[in-house]
Amino acid sequence: MSAPLDAPPSVEAVVLWLALLAPPLLGLAAWRLPPRRMLPVLLVGTPLPLATLWLLHRVSVGGGLEGAWSLAGLRLHWHLDGLAGLLLLLTQLLLLASAAYAVGHRRAAAVPERTFALFWPLLGGLAAALGLIWVAADLLTLYAALELMGLTAVGMMLLPGTGEALLAGMRYLLYALVGSLAWLLGVALLLGATGRLDLAGLAAASEPGAVTGIAMALLAAGLLLKAAIFPLHGWLVPVHASAWTPVSALHGALVVKASFFILMQLWQRLVPEAVAAAWLLGLLGSLAVLWGGLQACRASALKQVVAWSTVGQLGYLMLAFPLLAGTSAAVATLAWQATWLQLAGHALAKAAMFMAAGNLVLADGVSRLTDLAGACRQLPLALMTFGIAAVTLMGLPPSAGFTAKWLLLQAAILAGQWPWVVVLVVGTLLTATYVFRVFRCAFVEASPRHEVRPLPAGMDLVALLLALAALGLGLGAEWPLALLREEGMP
Amino acid sequence: MSGALLLLATLGTSLVAAVVIFLLPERAFRARTGINLGAALVKLSLVAWMVWGLSHGREYVIEFPVLEGLAFVLRADDLGIMFAGLSSLLWLLTTIYAIGYLEDSPNRKRFFGFFGLCVASTLGISLAGNLFTFLVFYELLTLSTYPLVVHRGTSKALAAGKVYLRFTLTAGMGLMVGMVILHVLAGDIRFGEREILAELGPERRPLLVGLFWVLIAGFGVKAALVPLHGWLPRAMVAPAPVSALLHAVAVVKAGAFGIVRLVYDVYGIELSAELGLLYGLVVVASVTILFGSLRALAQQELKPRLAYSTVSQVSYIVLGIGLFGPLGTIAALSHLLHQGLMKITLFFCAGNYAEELGIHRIDELDGAGRRMPLTSLAFTVGALGMIGLPPVVGFLSKWYLGTGAIQAGMPWVIIVLVASSLLNAAYFLPVLGRLWFRPGPDHGVGAWPEERRLGRLETHGWLLVPAVATALFSLMAGMLAGMPFSPLEWATRVVNAEYLP
Repeated sequence: MSAPLDAPPSVEAVVLWLALLAPPLLGLAAWRLPPRRMLPVLLVGTPLPLATLWLLHRVSVGGGLEGAWSLAGLRLHWHLDGLAGLLLLLTQLLLLASAAYAVGHRRAAAVPERTFALFWPLLGGLAAALGLIWVAADLLTLYAALELMGLTAVGMMLLPGTGEALLAGMRYLLYALVGSLAWLLGVALLLGATGRLDLAGLAAASEPGAVTGIAMALLAAGLLLKAAIFPLHGWLVPVHASAWTPVSALHGALVVKASFFILMQLWQRLVPEAVAAAWLLGLLGSLAVLWGGLQACRASALKQVVAWSTVGQLGYLMLAFPLLAGTSAAVATLAWQATWLQLAGHALAKAAMFMAAGNLVLADGVSRLTDLAGACRQLPLALMTFGIAAVTLMGLPPSAGFTAKWLLLQAAILAGQWPWVVVLVVGTLLTATYVFRVFRCAFVEASPRHEVRPLPAGMDLVALLLALAALGLGLGAEWPLALLREEGMP
Repeated sequence: MSGALLLLATLGTSLVAAVVIFLLPERAFRARTGINLGAALVKLSLVAWMVWGLSHGREYVIEFPVLEGLAFVLRADDLGIMFAGLSSLLWLLTTIYAIGYLEDSPNRKRFFGFFGLCVASTLGISLAGNLFTFLVFYELLTLSTYPLVVHRGTSKALAAGKVYLRFTLTAGMGLMVGMVILHVLAGDIRFGEREILAELGPERRPLLVGLFWVLIAGFGVKAALVPLHGWLPRAMVAPAPVSALLHAVAVVKAGAFGIVRLVYDVYGIELSAELGLLYGLVVVASVTILFGSLRALAQQELKPRLAYSTVSQVSYIVLGIGLFGPLGTIAALSHLLHQGLMKITLFFCAGNYAEELGIHRIDELDGAGRRMPLTSLAFTVGALGMIGLPPVVGFLSKWYLGTGAIQAGMPWVIIVLVASSLLNAAYFLPVLGRLWFRPGPDHGVGAWPEERRLGRLETHGWLLVPAVATALFSLMAGMLAGMPFSPLEWATRVVNAEYLP
């Protein structure tokens, strides 16, 4: 189905670009007319994932789509394969959930309407940026989308308007700018060496050597910074402490993953055989798992636990690099599926967990773990949602995290890379430690009863649905994984 | 109803019940009770239907792919349905007991919700058709029992929950890694297809031996094999129905059942014997039996004594597996059921003494037989069964174990059995003596620690009926052991399929 370049666009391409460009327009509309109820948001947003589902069906039948734009003398490439389509679907579902949740959040947290109206265009911009990242096939589009994503994310972090939020947001901006700088340098080097910017052309034109190596190192450094991979994670936890819950959910679920996705795309095309560097990334990931887990065990506030858990969980994704570099096809296929399943499961579960934690904090009016005593009696649904999301994070059955861990273990064992088996085991136990620490606090019975603020039912429901989706993806993983297996790796 | 649908309905009954209970408000006592009992009865009949179907040669299988080369398989076979039957029967009785036990206490919705999930997991374990599916439900069981163990929310309960998780989650990770390695070696291992591992080359043998012990350690935590039993006595802080569930129906049984599956359906009895694994199992089981009995003797409180008795008794199952031969296997499989019936009786009775009279220590039991005759009779039946006196069903287990040991050429096992029976007698007979032959408050000597007069009978009817019922079942299973569908007869059926080609 791949159309020749500059041919009249196919129906699929039109649908894709409509789905990509609709969110910013909807965001602008919502800025002028902020929605007050969840239902209209859901009704307006639902066609987007449906369109993506249809596209995925077309892709699975007829193979990937690709094309290019000519813009002021530059050719910008895009492509939609199964992976990009699945990630687009995931993004749309999470954005929709966050949008619905945000409506309830505004009401429950009594945010002034004019401040909150700004959330919508930023959300639309973030949606467009993420969509572009999944389908972009050249470095220039990727750069533009990455910057747009960073700026909208910082903008959303600044929305609460407190001094704390401002400080954390500015620090985030600074880190993001440094990351962009490294990225630009890397792109410049590649452009100078090969004269190409499109990914397919780069993969063909670049040859292993010092220039490619240095360029990839710069690109990787920039992306690792934006993805908050250990030891470049310093900005992540503070921004979550002050951000609104729907913003935290989106950030933890999608924004950091987008940088990882780009890194993986470039790595597979430019330096697929760089085993030592891949092991270095795997090592960083292992340290992230340990450090994030340990810090989450020590954190005293609920949102901090969840944020540190993101640092740790991102580490699992990094294990993909050593398992993909220079290993047999069987190992690589397993690791490839494991990585994206882990990413999807974590995205759903982390969004659910941030929302559940947000609900607990908002309804209970406390943010410290030790103040959660009695929460199981007063806020059972929020706690249950937290628990279901935690099952995925711990990688216990029947969740997506479990199936992904099974695949990762299988890949590591088949490749004989035993260090990662240890990392997975230790990471699981650390995750269980911080998750059940929360529950130990919540199960305490001897506690003074305090007032609980009622929240809109939709807020609990959205979080629960996301958590259940992460759980259901564990045993229902065959359809997306089959799509990934069929098209292979770049 | 088609086979697949019947399987799904059986598993779904308790799952749906759990979800509905979570959705009902806390105060909806009647609706919750109705759903609990209704679901338990429906499930028991569905399992009975499958037992009937299996004995008429029907097949019950359902599967769907989860990963490439890995499926989620539910399959009812003779062995699995034994465990499923036990758990559904005892679930019904434990539910009745729990409704009475938790009357007017807080957090009942949470309790019964997780209770349902726990039993659904147990059923899933018994119906799992491959290692992957087994692991899914095995870990679900860990998760769903945690809220039950910490139910009281006291610092002691929370600490016990922490220990429980530390043991079980670590073991779960060990199991998962071991199972993935097996999967890498041999692909998807379905229960009932026994030759896969035996076909691996001799160079894999050391790895297989190592893996076996990793997996045994993983199952051994739940089965409370010494030295992995530390969580079990501590988990005694949980409410009595939970203890009954942990000890007789779900958790320790899941561990023991896992070992059964591992030896018979994953490695195969021939290969296990060839690799010398069975001898090791017998040694581990013997140590656990003696150690558990000795520790039980040292306990001054009733529930911890029963807990250590469980440590010892569950290992009879492992011992029977280790005795290579049909008689040992019959002993192992039938003891899986027999121990469940007897142990749950003892825990129900211990709970009754605690609820009605406030008795926790053994020396407070003096003369309780006069005050609570039916409970004490039930306790006596359970205790005599544990010692191995006919006609209670425990006698059969020990008889088959002894003959199995001779058949397997390990006569020293009989010494272990005799020693263990003597120890059983040493820690149970004094309790019975106090119950029946010492004067107590009802004879005008002293006072009960905290008497509550819960019902017109000797205690609350919901507490009394399950205890008496399980005691009767233990007696009947012993006296009617030759009848069709008795535990012993069914175990013999499984063994015939296993040993006779």
